[in-house]
Amino acid sequence: MTTKESMHVDPYERTWIIVSVLLLVLFFAAVTVAGLAMGIRVPGPVARVNPNTVAQEGPFAEPGLRELAPGKYEAYVLARTWQYQPRELTVPVGSTVTFFVTSPDVQHGFKIQDTNANMMVIPGQITSLTVHFTRPGEYEYICTEYCGLGHGAMFGKVIVTP
Amino acid sequence: MSVSTYEISASDKRFIGWHLIFAVVALSVGSLFGPLQAFEHAGWDLYPYIQPLFKSYYQGLTLHGVLNALVWTTFFITGFLTLTVIYGLKRDLRYPKLNRVGFWTMVVGLVMAGIPLLLDEASVMYTFYPPLQAHWAFYLGLTLVVVGSWLEGWGFYFTYMAWRKDNPGVRTPFITFASLITMVMWQIATIGIAAEMLTQLLPWSLGLLPGVDPQLNRTYFWFTGHPLVYFWLLPAYISWYAMLPKQVGGKLFSDSLARLAFWLFLLLSVPLGFHHQYVDPGVPEGWKLIHAMLTYTVFFPSMLTAFTVIASLETGGRARGGKGWLGWIWALPWKDPSVAAQLFAGILFMFGGISGLVNASYNINLVVHNTTWVPGHFHLTVASAVTLSFMGISYWLVPYLTGKKLWKPKWAVIQAWLWFIGMLIFSNAMHVVGLLGAPRRTPLGLAPYVPPEWSGHLLRVGIGGGIMFVSLYLYVLIIAKTAFSKKKAEVDEQVEIPVAEARHDPQTTPGWLDRWAVWLVATFALILVAYGPQLVDQIINIQLTSPGFKVW
Ligand code: HEM
Ligand SMILES: [Cu+2]
Repeated sequence: MTTKESMHVDPYERTWIIVSVLLLVLFFAAVTVAGLAMGIRVPGPVARVNPNTVAQEGPFAEPGLRELAPGKYEAYVLARTWQYQPRELTVPVGSTVTFFVTSPDVQHGFKIQDTNANMMVIPGQITSLTVHFTRPGEYEYICTEYCGLGHGAMFGKVIVTP
Repeated sequence: MSVSTYEISASDKRFIGWHLIFAVVALSVGSLFGPLQAFEHAGWDLYPYIQPLFKSYYQGLTLHGVLNALVWTTFFITGFLTLTVIYGLKRDLRYPKLNRVGFWTMVVGLVMAGIPLLLDEASVMYTFYPPLQAHWAFYLGLTLVVVGSWLEGWGFYFTYMAWRKDNPGVRTPFITFASLITMVMWQIATIGIAAEMLTQLLPWSLGLLPGVDPQLNRTYFWFTGHPLVYFWLLPAYISWYAMLPKQVGGKLFSDSLARLAFWLFLLLSVPLGFHHQYVDPGVPEGWKLIHAMLTYTVFFPSMLTAFTVIASLETGGRARGGKGWLGWIWALPWKDPSVAAQLFAGILFMFGGISGLVNASYNINLVVHNTTWVPGHFHLTVASAVTLSFMGISYWLVPYLTGKKLWKPKWAVIQAWLWFIGMLIFSNAMHVVGLLGAPRRTPLGLAPYVPPEWSGHLLRVGIGGGIMFVSLYLYVLIIAKTAFSKKKAEVDEQVEIPVAEARHDPQTTPGWLDRWAVWLVATFALILVAYGPQLVDQIINIQLTSPGFKVW
């Protein structure tokens, strides 16, 4: 029996390894291109707030829509146990809405059905994502993080009018 | 090297057995709620009937997550690794008392965390995100479970060092080597949760801190939370790499690549926790992208594992007369319940790997984050690859430890089939309805926004869950009947611990694959690079503004 050291890599295994690595490089390139070139972004830091006062002062004291320009909106949404404020937002089709969401109490989720908007709502932080509504209809936003007894009934909706 | 006949002492067998008792009891209590959740989704709400004992869906779900994902796994793993460490080295624990203290610390922690859980004082899910605030005993209990597992780990290291002194230059036997890496990885990983518990949650729940920083706590949690899944998985890999091949009459295909894969799991398991936080506001996009890339790199040792394990199984199938491209698969001993369970675990894991790749993919995660897709995914991984493998392992381990014969092996084969079939139905439906937008951690049978299109899938969740329910308690029954049987097995029916030989003498495996220093330094360096700047940033900007909420 020889005791010469060797990795003993089988030729098939070598091919398998090379193919695996190439695949992963390809996948990574795909998500990076989708993120940077096509603008499918994940949330990042916006601003910190004090959860104990956020519902009383600043933009979240009056949650709702602000029209910046025709078809261009900002929406300030407060996610709290166990409802969203406001419960409904109405915008015309073709609008671009930038959502700013925070919580004065525990963690919540904010996911707008049939869109790519999906984010964590964390007390002390403002989360933001932008959605372009190209089709009329009702888009529910639902709470996707456990936030206590009423979690399962926590939702609101964006109404996109024709 | 001569294969000395080493028998694990009766007292160590009993010690390992205690781990299994706690593990299986936790699994049988925790899994009560799984089917209840699945039935609730299908529109059959049984919670009103158990109301006197369990207050809500959410209390049940917390018990389900904690007992199954944290307790069943940790107790089974520490017990199993005790066996693989000492049986691999063929020597007793260096300080058996240390390991016993570790184990009973875990038990004390379990009881401590269990009481508030049962009293609905800690219905915060197994992720306990603040500012939901559980009773302090819950946090202290979980901390003690972790501390106990560390003590057991140190017991392993001392045993290894004593062996190393007597055996310089000998390659560490693979099962011991892999067990030690698993433990070291766990100890590095749990630094995150230790920081969370000791600096934030414990003082806060005791009233010593006015508030906590929820974002920082998520970062601490997922520092541990991602490698946690490797702590579950690596013991199953030990069995797949080094035990299952023996059970099917084959050999470990490549000792050196198996070791390389384990080193890479040590190196890469920790520094990628931000992939659980892709949609968190407080982590910059750049860091998320870096962790996304690192997450992809950990697929590399996973692909190595897939190749080596399948190739090892193939050596067994061919040795048993299997011919042709796929013929070796049918030649495997599917009638052996331990083998069947682990083969099914592996097959389910392939699906889990694919959905995991989706979760890991940065912006694609937006589609599935916190939907039922995610529990759909991890019932293929922790609840199948890991749990079904552990079930398979217990089909030889419990007879080995107790000296009894496995009760009704044919039923055990059926048990594995049922888990496989039930899980295929269940997890497929969970994935699909998640893609349609169904949130997780939600009693969907009652949620007001559930559209009619989901109901067919939710029904399949219930059907699959019902089959898994039967399978799970069949497992518990078989184990209990085996362990408490009055009759000892005959001498020729005694079970042996299956340990596969490698195709090549491990002594020819390169020496750098059996040396710790460089790998440990690299592991810490990578963590510093991937986590250091963000951790420092989040810690210096800490805002202790969130008081506790008990809103369940
Ligand atoms: C008897 C079979 C089982 C069934 C029918 C089942 C069913 C379910 C369902 C439907 C959910 C999702 C609940 C929701 O998100 O609202 C869930 C969550 C979960 N299950 Fe299972 N399960 C079973 C066994 C297991 C096992 C064996 C494990 C782990 C070893 C496990 C680990 C988990 C975890 C960690 C969660 C997530 C808890 C959370 O969101 O906090 N389950 N289970
Ligand atoms: Cu909520």
